[in-house]
Amino acid sequence: MPSIAVIRFPGSNCDRDIITGVASITGTKPSAIWYKDTDIARHDLIILPGGFSFGDYLRGGAIAARAPIMDEIQDHVWRGGYVLGICNGFQILTESELLPGALMRNVGLKYVCRDVVIKAHHADDGLLSAFKDGQSFRMPVAHNEGNYYADEETLARLQDKGQIAFTYTAGIGGDKHIDANPNGAIEDIAGIVSENGRVLGMMPHPERNLDPIHGGGGQDGRQLLKNLIEAVAP
Amino acid sequence: MINVLITIQFKEDVLDPEGKAIAASLHNLGYSEVGAVMTGRLIRLTLDESDTARAMQKAAKMCEVLLVNTIIETYDITIEDGEENSA
Repeated sequence: MPSIAVIRFPGSNCDRDIITGVASITGTKPSAIWYKDTDIARHDLIILPGGFSFGDYLRGGAIAARAPIMDEIQDHVWRGGYVLGICNGFQILTESELLPGALMRNVGLKYVCRDVVIKAHHADDGLLSAFKDGQSFRMPVAHNEGNYYADEETLARLQDKGQIAFTYTAGIGGDKHIDANPNGAIEDIAGIVSENGRVLGMMPHPERNLDPIHGGGGQDGRQLLKNLIEAVAP
Repeated sequence: MINVLITIQFKEDVLDPEGKAIAASLHNLGYSEVGAVMTGRLIRLTLDESDTARAMQKAAKMCEVLLVNTIIETYDITIEDGEENSA
């Protein structure tokens, strides 16, 4: 099993959920690393959890993206390490330019907290390698700034290189009432990967859909995390 | 001490939903003459610096590294006496 660590910033609040979720899949509790610690070298996958790091002051994820630990994460990426950013973690990844584009205020100007259905895109290498093209997952989003934006040139490059990881889609099965795009994200983008496929940012919360008591079947988040972990250690 | 004013706005081709909502509300109140409304952010800071050119340079650097997300935003820096620098 891969070695996995979860970074805790002041204001992270999904750290416990993702730690519990990963542990329920791998049987091993991931390390929790306080953002002031900088020793992350021995881990295969670094997870930046959701929450409101540093109160989301200035812009969501902006201050966390400039914390010294991000230099270590940059080195980890250069070494070919894997990174997963969920929600605020995705914002931190774009703010630190480990992923292109930006996450802007939701088009409806409202904090959105509801289930969405996302469609995965397969890639031969990296974190998307265990997904089937078009594989659907239902899980919650909960954010105020999830409206993904990239300029035309960046968007064309993302499309060209297969970097669009997840897109919002209309509900599947009995869930046709679910509208596709919750925040106005360009091209319905819910998540993107880096060019080498090893850095993934996504707005939906797989760690909030691990158990039948979470509703909506409660297994889609678990399956999505399983796919990611399988890609790190096939 | 030099007082620096930094005005941050969305780039022109970036949708500003808050500006649109404010424009709609002004229209509802009868201000039909209102065209586009753009929102932004104002940051005022004091610099322990005596040279305005250096203050301007330092403020621009701060905008680039933290204060502004240059993918979606632009900024104007004004030194208290009115000197201006756009990016």
